[in-house]
Amino acid sequence: MRRNAVAVVGAAETTDLGKIENLSQIGLHADAALNAMADCGLRPKDIDGIATAGQTPVELAHYLGITPTWVDGTAVGGCSFMIHVRHAAAAIEAGLAKTILITHGESGRSRIGNPPRRVDPQSLNGQFEQPFGPMGPPSMFTIPVLRYMKRYGVTEEQIAQVSVVQREWAAMHPRATFRNPITTEYVLNSRMIAWPFRLLMCCLVTDGGGALILTSAERAKDFKTKPVYILGTGESAETPMVSQMEDFTSSRAFRVAGPTAFQQAGISTNDVDHLMIYDAFAHLPIYGLEDLGFVPRGEAAAFIAARNTAPGGKLPMNTNGGGLSYMHSGMYGMYALQESVRQMRGTSPAQIDGAKISVCHGVGGMFAASGTIIFSNQTPADFW
Amino acid sequence: MAEPGRALPAPTPETQHFWDGTKVHELRLQRCDSCGKNYFPPRPFCAVCGSRSVSVFKASGKAVLWSYVIHHRPVPGFTPPYAIAVVQLAEGPRMMTNIVECPQTPEALQLDMELEVVFEEQNDKITLPFFRPAKG
Repeated sequence: MRRNAVAVVGAAETTDLGKIENLSQIGLHADAALNAMADCGLRPKDIDGIATAGQTPVELAHYLGITPTWVDGTAVGGCSFMIHVRHAAAAIEAGLAKTILITHGESGRSRIGNPPRRVDPQSLNGQFEQPFGPMGPPSMFTIPVLRYMKRYGVTEEQIAQVSVVQREWAAMHPRATFRNPITTEYVLNSRMIAWPFRLLMCCLVTDGGGALILTSAERAKDFKTKPVYILGTGESAETPMVSQMEDFTSSRAFRVAGPTAFQQAGISTNDVDHLMIYDAFAHLPIYGLEDLGFVPRGEAAAFIAARNTAPGGKLPMNTNGGGLSYMHSGMYGMYALQESVRQMRGTSPAQIDGAKISVCHGVGGMFAASGTIIFSNQTPADFW
Repeated sequence: MAEPGRALPAPTPETQHFWDGTKVHELRLQRCDSCGKNYFPPRPFCAVCGSRSVSVFKASGKAVLWSYVIHHRPVPGFTPPYAIAVVQLAEGPRMMTNIVECPQTPEALQLDMELEVVFEEQNDKITLPFFRPAKG
């Protein structure tokens, strides 16, 4: 089927990242949205579709002064924004809206206007997981990893290497929270959080936001920004309970979302110049590389340790430093999308020369959901 | 006033049989009468074939240690470090639990070690299922 292409024409993060004490959560959404509108020369009245998570699209439409003909409040955790991009592209193709704004903002560190999340004791999580002592993602997202390590003989040192390599990328980004070089030994000597996970194998907790504006590829030519085309997208969901994952060594949601996007884009992993894999914890790039088919089962940790994803490697990955070093507000997916867009525009501080295709893969919850977006700075007609 | 304890479940109509079971020291799973699948967590239908014809049965209580972390941060009702584990039941389903009567160390907690269920009353409504190293 011949499709009408869609492009990102506006993209921006919040003015500041890190510790932001002068904005509440909805204020972070708005700051990012206004920056994205300024990026592509639009005003609120020019936007006719709004998608967001964390806040409702109703709150954002009202706060920003938008009259939408299309709203999407898909909220499945940190990959919600990948899924918003997928839904927005479909909506633009279907004529439901012409210019769609996707916003993220999260006061993850300062917690201003960001109500605490409580687990309902009547929910399945509340009945069958929470009584056994988990306290948020560091003690749950990490539970499957020992099974992975035993099956494939992967070591704590190899998992620590993920953090070390990503810090090298972060060092190139002036806006990254952590930029000092680290060693494997340093990671393995950092404070124990949930064995085998140490502090530096876990993401940051910061404040920030980001926004994207999408329109048809045809209209994208009228904007001053370089269009970043959407070649393919995928999404899926597995389980809200990490204990109920089908396979502790692989994510079913990854295995559905990733290949769906590659099939739609009409490309293979060999065509990919740049890769973002949502890294709330150091094992996620390992699972992602295998589940998306970049690396055979059980080989991703060695692949990363061998510097294939490091600066100068054949598959540059998480070139902003990722959630481990760049920033992580709680729902990191928007920042991975922003780095993919920068790479396709040619404006990343860690720019990959000549990169034409960027894959951006997100996770939501604890392996609960997934979204994959494949971007290119070449017109989709070259691929489809 | 007592220290705040661990988070406790609030049963729903679909899960009441499970929590009634733990009170009488039975680990109750469900089985689909149509396709034969054993499953957990509780629900009044089979998520494999969609059948509403399902039965509750008493599981053996035998399991192996599937995966875990040893949590080092404070949580109400727990003394760190403590393991948060997932066990693979002999009947097939997996469930989250704690491992008791065993040092909470990587050396003592070996994946695939054999375990058996034990029950610990939390209050007059809720008894939780834990697992300990099998006594052969």
